[in-house]
Amino acid sequence: MAFRSAVITFPGSNCDRDMAVALEQVSGSAPLRIWHGDSDLPQRLDFIAVPGGFSYGDYLRSGAMAARSPIMNAIVQAAEGGVPVLGVCNGFQILTETGLLPGALMRNAGQNFVCRTVPLKVENNQSLFTCGYEAGEEIYIPVAHHDGNYFADDATLDQLEGDGRVAFRYMDSVNGSRRDIAGVLNAAGNVLGMMPHPERAIDEAHGGTDGRTLFESAIKSLAAA
Amino acid sequence: MKVHVHVSLKPGVLDPQGRAIHHALEGLGFGGVNDVRAGRLIELDVSDDTSDDDLDQMCRKLLANMVIENYSIEKKVDA
Repeated sequence: MAFRSAVITFPGSNCDRDMAVALEQVSGSAPLRIWHGDSDLPQRLDFIAVPGGFSYGDYLRSGAMAARSPIMNAIVQAAEGGVPVLGVCNGFQILTETGLLPGALMRNAGQNFVCRTVPLKVENNQSLFTCGYEAGEEIYIPVAHHDGNYFADDATLDQLEGDGRVAFRYMDSVNGSRRDIAGVLNAAGNVLGMMPHPERAIDEAHGGTDGRTLFESAIKSLAAA
Repeated sequence: MKVHVHVSLKPGVLDPQGRAIHHALEGLGFGGVNDVRAGRLIELDVSDDTSDDDLDQMCRKLLANMVIENYSIEKKVDA
């Protein structure tokens, strides 16, 4: 059956098209495009992507306004029902602001916008998003953000690490994130938030294809389920 | 009724903006500044019968991110 995915667009999203292209290229099916002001999602979704950008101009805090958009109630419900949800960059910020993922993303410790391809370590290759990688594998994914400094208190970090919920870790310090965390999973493992952009690394023309494995993992996991 | 909500990073949370301001003050030759923390002031103009609980909920649900920030609410007496 065709892979049924959805990409959400907020005012200020700018990676929604990249995300849609990535999902279509890897899965063979074009995703449904959903506007933030909608309050319902289509039925029977296999995958929801909350893309990067600057929703609502980062007013108040990155992701804060988008997290209170009508569509987010439906996304929280879908996530609680087990639908895989991927948040990238601003999407990660939005998922932490909704409470689907723990922690918060703060201004980069160096105050600068960082925009480059960075090495990541795959910490958990047991999730539906990461099962195509080797555990401990070093992959290269672009980052482009000003507010990617992941913060959670020590107890939360210990729990995340203990439960294998750190999906990706920066191999160099990029933005001051605590314990160099680049991506985290929810407790059930069906929600992943990450600052690096896998949708920008799916074609050789991008300079690398290490992001492609993430989408392939999700598609294979669905087929196996 | 005017209400001032002060949002600040919790103690111990790194504040790069405050650090940059601190650095700039030192650059201007102001010694003796021990630390700088930057926050945000949000001015609300609300109806007089707005309850304290509602103000609290506004802060908790939107104005502050309780993972990293604290808030304080100050009701301004009209002049």
